[in-house]
Amino acid sequence: MAVTSTDSPTPGGRADLLRACRDAAIAGLVTLGMMLPLIGFRTVQNINNELVLETRPGLLLTMILIVVAGSLVISLVIRPWRQRKAAAHVAGESVQRAHVRATIAKYLTPFAIGFVLVYPILSIVFAGWQGSVKWVDNFGIQVLIYVMLGWGLNIVVGLAGLLDLGYVAFYAVGAYSYALLAKEFGLSFWILLPLAGCLSAFWGILLGFPVLRLRGDYLAIVTLAFGEIIRLVLINWVSFTNGYAGISGIPRPTFFGIPFNANDDGFAAVFGLEFTPMYRTLFLYYVIVGLALLTAFVTLRLRKLPVGRAWEALREDEIACRSLGVNTTNTKLTAFAMGAMFAGFAGSFFAARQGFISPESFTFMESAMIVAIVVLGGMGSMIGVAIAAVAMIGGTEIMRDMDFLKQIFGNSFDPTQYRMLLFGLAMVLIMIWKPRGLISTREPSTFLKERKTVAASFVKEGRG
Amino acid sequence: MEIFVQQLINGITLGSIYGLIAIGYTMVFGIIGMVNFAHGDVFMVSAFVALIASLILTTWLGISSVFLSLLIVLICAMLITSLISWTIERLAYRPLRGSFRLAPLISAIGMSIFLMNFVQVAQGPRNKPIPPFFQNVIVVMEKDGYEVTLAYKQIVIWAVTAILLAAFWYLVSKTSLGRAQRACEQDQNMASLVGVDVDRTISVTFIIGAALAAVAGTLYLMYYGVVSFADGFVPGIKAFTAAVLGGIGSLPGALLGGLLIGLIETMWSAYFSIDYKDVAAFSILVVTLIFLPQGLLGRPEVEKV
Amino acid sequence: MSSDAILRVEHLTMRFGGLVAVHDLSFTAKKGEITALIGPNGAGKTTVFNCITGFYKPSEGRVALRHGDSAQWDQLESLTASSLRSRMHGDGALFLLERMPDYLVTQKARVARTFQNIRLFRGMTVLENLLVAQHNSLMVASGFTLFGVLGLPNYARAEHAAVDKAAMWLEKINLTDRADDPAGDLPYGAQRRLEIARAMCTDPVLLCLDEPAAGLNPRESAELNDLLLSIKNEIKTSVLLIEHDMSVVMQISDHVIVLDYGTKISDGTRDQVRNDPKVIAAYLGVDEDEVAKAEAEVGL
Repeated sequence: MAVTSTDSPTPGGRADLLRACRDAAIAGLVTLGMMLPLIGFRTVQNINNELVLETRPGLLLTMILIVVAGSLVISLVIRPWRQRKAAAHVAGESVQRAHVRATIAKYLTPFAIGFVLVYPILSIVFAGWQGSVKWVDNFGIQVLIYVMLGWGLNIVVGLAGLLDLGYVAFYAVGAYSYALLAKEFGLSFWILLPLAGCLSAFWGILLGFPVLRLRGDYLAIVTLAFGEIIRLVLINWVSFTNGYAGISGIPRPTFFGIPFNANDDGFAAVFGLEFTPMYRTLFLYYVIVGLALLTAFVTLRLRKLPVGRAWEALREDEIACRSLGVNTTNTKLTAFAMGAMFAGFAGSFFAARQGFISPESFTFMESAMIVAIVVLGGMGSMIGVAIAAVAMIGGTEIMRDMDFLKQIFGNSFDPTQYRMLLFGLAMVLIMIWKPRGLISTREPSTFLKERKTVAASFVKEGRG
Repeated sequence: MEIFVQQLINGITLGSIYGLIAIGYTMVFGIIGMVNFAHGDVFMVSAFVALIASLILTTWLGISSVFLSLLIVLICAMLITSLISWTIERLAYRPLRGSFRLAPLISAIGMSIFLMNFVQVAQGPRNKPIPPFFQNVIVVMEKDGYEVTLAYKQIVIWAVTAILLAAFWYLVSKTSLGRAQRACEQDQNMASLVGVDVDRTISVTFIIGAALAAVAGTLYLMYYGVVSFADGFVPGIKAFTAAVLGGIGSLPGALLGGLLIGLIETMWSAYFSIDYKDVAAFSILVVTLIFLPQGLLGRPEVEKV
Repeated sequence: MSSDAILRVEHLTMRFGGLVAVHDLSFTAKKGEITALIGPNGAGKTTVFNCITGFYKPSEGRVALRHGDSAQWDQLESLTASSLRSRMHGDGALFLLERMPDYLVTQKARVARTFQNIRLFRGMTVLENLLVAQHNSLMVASGFTLFGVLGLPNYARAEHAAVDKAAMWLEKINLTDRADDPAGDLPYGAQRRLEIARAMCTDPVLLCLDEPAAGLNPRESAELNDLLLSIKNEIKTSVLLIEHDMSVVMQISDHVIVLDYGTKISDGTRDQVRNDPKVIAAYLGVDEDEVAKAEAEVGL
């Protein structure tokens, strides 16, 4: 063989094998270099509280072997396979697939709503009254809170194209509003829910007003800073918020005045049922289902109204919007306020459900997770955002529950430690796999003759 | 007055560290227009690399010369951190170049979360203290029993920062690498047409940024004597604030911003309230972006209609 | 200065730092006419447009627009002396555009514009583009969103009317068949036409077009002429256009203003301008004397 060209026609040729081996060797060396300190050694404190090193050559070696093997698999199996697939790619195929996908999307929504409504019943049937608390509370309610937050932020990021990295601030405003007003004035959940939403919306306008003329990443950074400022104030203003210690004993929501407790005037007694804490969980579950559906309903309605169209137009081209007489400041503020309001609802629900809140729950990490859900789902797509919330939050919640892994990796293995590690990794991988998110096409808000989905390549992501 | 001088010394020390990190933010933003969110965590990782390297040197190899061990630790941290940053750019950012604008930002946030949790899992969640490198102090002035001191470690920080910045300055202003970087900042397509290897230039930018962050990480560890896996976020944000304050894209601006943020933080702690020092830093970020979005030394952006 | 003007630009100067893009420019655009603003590259035409439509705030000068009868001009000086942006008077009103932010220039003074590099909402359908243009009237009809969210019927009626209006324009620009396609998917010439239709959906009294014929082939250019003439004659909207393409300018313009290096070098009917040696000199990049000599040689 005289010359080995880079696009050799025989995928399994010797040259390819050599190159794959070389790449794998480089990957292995890079891994060795990177991981030698952090994996090869472990810093632990000895009895004298001094830091000493332990070595972990086995773990380092395993990691290098995994990377080398992975590199070989990618170059020898996955890459040729993808090349073959790209060569065999027919244009009509993707249109057909898009059609299949559209059909699935059409039936997905009613199915998903139906499933969400019967989910607690299913979990009671399969896991029993005791076992289902975990599935309904930790899993169902938790995921639905993030679905709702994702949908709320979707208005700001997905529709209006304004990147808000401090969304959790409005969630915090909602939660603290509920907690403080309920404790101070004894107002009920149903009065405070809209009030907390309004307060959050008000804060959205207050913070939004000075920053909305900023563009691009600057807006993202300012919103991040606002989010952090609000959290730091919550920590430091001890007389008002009780600082790090948080607020406990927040009144729990009642069933229209009937408390969920074991007393004679409690929910179970009034309805002649046997007392179980599950009733409250079920009630909370359906409350958050209702709130999430309200968010979805309002968002879908708004998209078909001039304000919603102006949001999307703003995302597409702000200057053109201004040339058409759209007051872009007001349009951005409504998006900000609307998003903040839904965060406020979710926040007051969160406070009512937990009974305890502290600044720890409103870190930047939460904002990042919500933004991640919106972008991973596909900006502007409500179904995509819901799928992303289920996958990311549900996935990490399930990690809490994987005790069987201990049988594989030994008893010292704690799967919950890996939750956020995998969350971060998943964010990176999904972005590389689908930079525009899971569902990147756009449904037009109205049509003259025929509803056609707008392909992802036309839809812009906004400059704000 | 004494307090002021003391805080001035402390502020310049802290500001040097912020400035070194800020250069990484500002260079990457200048060249690919992306806020490298994981940069603060790269800084934290470098502090851990420095921690482990110094433990190997002192407890295993028994090197007693402080300067020698500091030098070796610095070099190790710079090399390994550069390698990590190169890999991150290669795997998590390069595939996304030229695609959806938010994708690299989200990928960077994901990488930030990953790095933080990786270090937590690999090294444990507790604070990691090390014995101090330099303990001696110089008493600069004394009045009514209050001593204004300049610690040896502060002098070391100033010296290392100055030397490395001089080297860095030479690299980006006098070499062909610097020219390639400026060309890529202006127009990547045009730069590649005239023969600049854009991918390589961007990789090198990440490597330089990481190397300076590693210096900052090592100095941070030496100064505070403790590091934990969560120490990347807040210094990262403050360094970013510094980059924005100085004018993002401007290298002298990053250093100036770093010094200002360091001084404001120490002065605020001394004269107002230590609890709200982070609030002060974030407020400066907000106020700068609203009223002076181009920063102190940056170029103003003109809206194109 | 003629009283049948709809727009008066007086002593307009725009500086960017040390660069003077437009210097002491005065001209008028008459109601019901097509006025063309021409000039070589870099003459400052787009800057003038941006000053008129509120995207730039002029360094000096006055940009006034009237609605209604020409008697409105009588109060120009008193309005300028006041700190107001506009004044209603009888059936009409007078606006000082340099005092208004960009969106109000369209919303209140009803000046619409297009852009040199087309700015459509590419990811929205053709129909949606035309509906965004009717934002302000629909906003009122939806009770600033409140009635709309509740699903009250008066909003549905308003939206129906808006879709009808959009359909009328789609008919006019031959894009009815593509109403439900994304605007970014249209061929270039169709995008130009759509941008004009979108501007017209804001019900302007003055339509400002920034190089509408740029990049069009001769057939599309002829279609554009017809469209602009129908906007002038049937809808009675005054038009101000920047153009390079002389075939468009010379066939449809009633009045031509020539700019070079930010100052006006000629102003008159198309024939006057066509024969102005200063204009020829500016376009050919030679001295006036040489032009005169060359013209003498060919017997002009």
